[in-house]
Amino acid sequence: MKRVVTGLVILLAFGAAKLRFEQSLDAEYKAEFFRGAKIDLSVREQVGQVGFIAALSGFRAVIADGLYLTAFNAFANMQWGRMVLLFNNVTTLQPRMIQYWNEAAWHMAYNAATAAREDPFQPKESLRIKAEREYWKLGRDFLERGIRNNPDHYQLYDTLGTLLRDKFKDHCAAAEAFAKAAECKDALGYEKRFAAYEMAECPGKEREAYELLLKYYNLGEGERLPTLLKYLGRLQEALHIPQNQRVYIQPEKHH
Amino acid sequence: MTAQPRHTLFSPSRVLAIASNTFLELVRAKVFVLLTVFALVIIAGSFFLERLSFLQQFQMLKDAALGAMSIFTWLLSILATAMLLPKDIEDRTLYTILAKPVPRFEYLIGKLLGVLQLLLVSTLIMSFAFGAVLFFRQQWAIAEAIQSAGGAKAAAETVAAITKEIKASTFSGSLIPAIVAIYLKAALCASLTLLISTFSSSMIFTVMVSFACSLIGYIQPVAREYWINGPEQASALTKVMFMFIALLFPDLQLFNLVDDVAAGNAVSTALFLKTAGIGVIYVFVYLFLGYWFFSEKEL
Repeated sequence: MKRVVTGLVILLAFGAAKLRFEQSLDAEYKAEFFRGAKIDLSVREQVGQVGFIAALSGFRAVIADGLYLTAFNAFANMQWGRMVLLFNNVTTLQPRMIQYWNEAAWHMAYNAATAAREDPFQPKESLRIKAEREYWKLGRDFLERGIRNNPDHYQLYDTLGTLLRDKFKDHCAAAEAFAKAAECKDALGYEKRFAAYEMAECPGKEREAYELLLKYYNLGEGERLPTLLKYLGRLQEALHIPQNQRVYIQPEKHH
Repeated sequence: MTAQPRHTLFSPSRVLAIASNTFLELVRAKVFVLLTVFALVIIAGSFFLERLSFLQQFQMLKDAALGAMSIFTWLLSILATAMLLPKDIEDRTLYTILAKPVPRFEYLIGKLLGVLQLLLVSTLIMSFAFGAVLFFRQQWAIAEAIQSAGGAKAAAETVAAITKEIKASTFSGSLIPAIVAIYLKAALCASLTLLISTFSSSMIFTVMVSFACSLIGYIQPVAREYWINGPEQASALTKVMFMFIALLFPDLQLFNLVDDVAAGNAVSTALFLKTAGIGVIYVFVYLFLGYWFFSEKEL
């Protein structure tokens, strides 16, 4: 008995010694975006008790894949409400999986929104438009939550920028999203240009956009793409840039 | 007249002899059959997912394979270790060994090393099988994508871009630390099971308690956070219970890198080394405690 008690005391002493180290390791992992999944009762309802224990026991990626496949089937059957629930759980289980956030947002803002807009069972157009916008918002919500979990990747900022530009027509917010995408270390070259294009459409930001476009124009031939030239020409006109300071002469003016 | 070999307090050759015998015993117990199941899981999984895009296929293949590796090594570590002492007692091998000048700690170290060797071989075989299936799927996806892009007529630049994209989504350097972490977790579970088996009365008790301890180990960080940073209105009894969980059980989530690595996260070398370090310390502490109980055990 004495040996058992001593053994237990040794284990407790080791536990006390390792506690701070484990805590700091946990914090370091969280800082590197590990262990971000917050498994709650909603997941428990979707995956059942065994699945819930499995998700807690280090098999959350597999459980997330299972739910994703179910969501895929829900998409094939156009069960949009079920998809929202399933994708909420998929992204909760795997918050660092960019593809899941992106796909959830795409299904909501594009597929579900279009289906709602063309709903043959809803005769009132105003209600169809309202439903369509609700799905846009759901798509935006997925992207914003995805960004909170993955602020270091450009993809979700890019998709958010595209959604804000194409659906919400909020060019100021889209410019901000593309600019944030451009700041990410793995960003593609066009993000900074997209940010400038959207800024050019944002009321009150024309001067800033012009300076950015001019900066990219001066980087060389590689940056002088047709869209950049189009916006540069338009802003030169809008801002009344003197002829001798204009770097780009629009073809129609030239003729 | 030849001199008698001097008996030393600790002999690596004695430990290695016990370890290799333990490994052989486990191999004869056909534990590697489990690996066939693993191979079937990943091969079947890789074909089952054909209707998805290749990126999704790779993702799911990685999730399923790493998840299966994690669960198989975990099962193997507990089941293989739990049977060691009861089997040696039943076969009377334990008495034969301990009747010789073999200290009990050498016996325990040898037994644990045998299991660790088995886990290492299993992990390597599974990693190789996983790598082979992933490589095969990667080559297939590259060939299909090039075919869709125009086959032999596709521009060299397009082919290079396709190949680069597909390769980037299959293998990544972070898979190696994730697999090592799987092995470390299994080693930790093996040493914990060995500790439990030194005072347990039956194999079934050892298996049940070890599984329970592992499951508690997965929620240990939740208990620790609740105990340290939990709400003040929590009852004292609840806090004491969580304190005991935090102190007595290992944080197994530290070794669960696969879920996040499969999602594309990269683990830094320093952080991985710290994790490996705590894993090794756990193994030693549990081994020492196992000896603490085993040294006085009446056999």
